[in-house]
Amino acid sequence: MEKFDVIITGAGLAGLAAAYTLSGKGVEVLVLERGDYPGAKNVTGGRLYVNPVRDLFPELWNGAPLERFITHEGATLMARERSVTVDYSGSELRAEPHQSYSILRAKFDRWLAEQAEARGAMLLTKVRVDDVIKEKGGIAGVLAGGDELRADVVIACDGVLSLIPEKAGLRSSGLPHDYALGIKEVIALDSGIINDRFNLEGNEGAARLFMGEVTQGRFGGGFLYTNRESISLGIVIGIQDLLEDGAAMDVPALLESFKQRSEIAPLIRGGATVEYAAHVIPEGGFRTLSHLYGNGVLVAGDAAGLALNIGFTVRGMEYALASGYFAAQTVLNAREIGNFSAETLSLYKRLLEESFVLKDFKNFRETPAVVGNPRFINHYPEMIGNLMREIYAVPAGPKNRLYPTIRKHLTLSEMWSEFKDLREVMKI
Amino acid sequence: MSESVELKAKLGLDVFKPGREAHIKIRPGMEKDHRLKPMVRICPAGCYSENEKTEVMLTIDGCLECGTCRIACGMDVLDWNYPEGGTGVQFRFG
Repeated sequence: MEKFDVIITGAGLAGLAAAYTLSGKGVEVLVLERGDYPGAKNVTGGRLYVNPVRDLFPELWNGAPLERFITHEGATLMARERSVTVDYSGSELRAEPHQSYSILRAKFDRWLAEQAEARGAMLLTKVRVDDVIKEKGGIAGVLAGGDELRADVVIACDGVLSLIPEKAGLRSSGLPHDYALGIKEVIALDSGIINDRFNLEGNEGAARLFMGEVTQGRFGGGFLYTNRESISLGIVIGIQDLLEDGAAMDVPALLESFKQRSEIAPLIRGGATVEYAAHVIPEGGFRTLSHLYGNGVLVAGDAAGLALNIGFTVRGMEYALASGYFAAQTVLNAREIGNFSAETLSLYKRLLEESFVLKDFKNFRETPAVVGNPRFINHYPEMIGNLMREIYAVPAGPKNRLYPTIRKHLTLSEMWSEFKDLREVMKI
Repeated sequence: MSESVELKAKLGLDVFKPGREAHIKIRPGMEKDHRLKPMVRICPAGCYSENEKTEVMLTIDGCLECGTCRIACGMDVLDWNYPEGGTGVQFRFG
């Protein structure tokens, strides 16, 4: 039987942030990872927003293997036959420090693990945690590969399915309504070609979100991020929506149709897909957060449900990094007191409440219901596309007056529906 | 290319390390459960198929360990676990 100060299950961003922070304070940390290397099982869209976590890890960012800093943001309403895009760029996005970066997790997580190891954290890869050791009403360690590994505290960072917190009795299995499925291809392309196609200079990057026909009118959307020498292209779609009667979508085929859209095909032309990945994403927000602590156990990152979709920004990785950091701070405090009871560890929740993490989740607690409004996906893209068609069309004969043309689409009942939707949006 | 050939080609790009046994199993007697049927079109790796007896079958090769079937079907239908350490998909980009 081995005993450690802290055992962390999962070398993702939450687990590695906790390991990095704790090992920096001389705490004996064991990180258990089931993949061949940290990041081997981890998938993002993806983009990392650095601002909220920059100061939590001040020495970390200079050498970080991030991809491109995002200077071009695009949001596209995709109708069946047309699309309307809002393109945003600005000097604030080009100025340092940059607000967000595209990221590939196999590369980043491996590097972050090396930083934690350099400070003394112990990392064991190719090890699956099978269960928790329950003793005296608390968690005393884990069972992995037939071994009993004990610790004063276990930090569960095992990702969205959250099997360790489930075994620890901190949550029940997830329901389809609260999760989405993300699928993605990484498509290799020369960096110069990427720069030309997306109007980028040097290491600038572009991020684009797509909603509407991408998911055939169901909850979700498409995404595109430029990396240094590849493009991450994918789709997110609600699992409940996939299950509903009448849903006929074949998920792999949806991504193929997306790639063949005239808006996308020229952007990836000549590129070679080098990886295909899929992962579940928490979508329930504040309502579906796990219990965050128990006797001898803390929960961080996706395992706690810490991902937040507010339409234009879809975030999870900052919450993972920050919750790992605050879990570590909680453990440091508990070590000083010499007590790892739920009462002592409840500090974790307080630290999250005082930080951007739970403030964001509370501020945006209504968003899962709001962004889940099917009209955003199955109505507005078509309607706004149709308006654009009318506005831009020049017929052979005389053109109709614009106002009556627009009113044809914006009937009173349509405007009333829009007013109701707007009232919901105002909750965000 | 047909859809399934296309998907197989895509999965062929990923690195997989075989394990000793399937990490996800359909619980005996649940092969015709209504919760399983949608997985045939939902599973992003195409691991689920339906045979002529309308039973759903699961082939674990190519499983991306995304977790969708665990959430969609639940633990009554599936005996669901991650693959043993050091096996299964190993993402090189992620």
